[in-house]
Amino acid sequence: MDVIALSWSDILLAALPLTALAVFFAWQRLGLSRALMIGAVRTFIQLALVGVVLKGVFQNARPLWTFCFSMVMLAAGTWEVTRRQHRRFVAGWTVGLAALGLFTAGFTVTVFALVALVGVRPWWSPQYAIPLLGMILGNTMTGIALGMDTLTQNAWKQRAVIENRLALGQSASEAVADLRRESVRTAMTPIINSLAVCGIVSLPGMMTGQILSGSDPLAAVRYQMMIMYLIATGAGFGSLLTVQLCARRLFDNRERLRLDRLR
Amino acid sequence: MTAFEVKDLSYGGFGPVTFAMREGEIVGVSGPSGCGKTRLLRALADMDPWEGTIALQGVAPATIPANHWRRRVAYVPAESQWWFDGVDEHFSHAPEDADLRALGLEPGVLGWPVARLSSGEKQRLGLLRSLMNQPAVLLLDEPTAHLDAAHTRALEALVAGRCATGMMALWVTHDPEQLTRVASRGYRMAAGGVWKEVDTWM
Repeated sequence: MDVIALSWSDILLAALPLTALAVFFAWQRLGLSRALMIGAVRTFIQLALVGVVLKGVFQNARPLWTFCFSMVMLAAGTWEVTRRQHRRFVAGWTVGLAALGLFTAGFTVTVFALVALVGVRPWWSPQYAIPLLGMILGNTMTGIALGMDTLTQNAWKQRAVIENRLALGQSASEAVADLRRESVRTAMTPIINSLAVCGIVSLPGMMTGQILSGSDPLAAVRYQMMIMYLIATGAGFGSLLTVQLCARRLFDNRERLRLDRLR
Repeated sequence: MTAFEVKDLSYGGFGPVTFAMREGEIVGVSGPSGCGKTRLLRALADMDPWEGTIALQGVAPATIPANHWRRRVAYVPAESQWWFDGVDEHFSHAPEDADLRALGLEPGVLGWPVARLSSGEKQRLGLLRSLMNQPAVLLLDEPTAHLDAAHTRALEALVAGRCATGMMALWVTHDPEQLTRVASRGYRMAAGGVWKEVDTWM
């Protein structure tokens, strides 16, 4: 079955009702029109650029190009995690730990999927590697950002409690054990919710896309199951690792709470 | 014999502070707000960075794990913190009924939710909680700030009783009369953490 391709004029047509909405917002003085139109233009430019680049990368399938593209995704994910923090570690530790967590969890899970599950050859084939990495990295990023933010904000608020626990002879690890658990729980909440409602309340975008492009629904569903398991794994291990490392960074070698390392 | 020794201690822009305590001694510290008294106690418990020499029976903090040091040299903050719902969850084992009674606490207080505690009860239970580790040195920061006169005397007597069996206490307060009652010697801290031994509190 052939896909019914959309032309550029179809896209313009899709933008018409959105423009009408912006006009309506302006008339209602909601102050949203500008942001809405800027967002729409950004979507257009960003996706068009990605499309052009992906087309190039797919046509010259070389490991170097896949690698470069994945590094750009890692950098963008790291930047986004950092941007979402209310309190950051000084001296670039937030950036470093976010990148480490994203890389360790996101890339391991993706390579596992490519080699052991999809079994595409060569394993770095951009057509599979890049979309898979994108989905896994995106969700790992959300998990890490939530976990880090919960940990550092609560450590800041609960300084007196943590220090009283230290004064009573608890180790640094014991004194923040509750905070660490709460941070990982917060990090995992969105993904656990989406596992629970997947297919009932929401039809995942990737599956919908595959079905629209003519795939057998059962084949699309199997891909989606794999993706759901992979993104939960990536977000879980990514947030566990990052929360653990951040919790350690909150203390020095004498197990003193060092909130001066946050700003 | 000198059991707790502090020499040329500086911390966070305060100091230098030098003093020593013998076993069983209660040493008082007074001084205006903001002169670095609380920070001194925190540094002695190795909870803030410091420079100089601290030794308990010849043992320096850096030679043992930090949390072991804090069980031996116990900082009792002015405002005790309670992070679980139940009072008993904050105790590894129950304190003696005699100690509870000595501080005017009901024997059933351990079964209470923390929300039921008054600030005075929290302060007395906070002290008992620190004593559970059987510290060698107790660092007290305004330990009777939330207590009435009778409970203040009771707490003073309890600490004095422990010190009669060898515990040491560094007692920080604004109340000169209290220091006259409990402390055998004392130091006054001036703004900036300038440290001087004094003969009288008044």
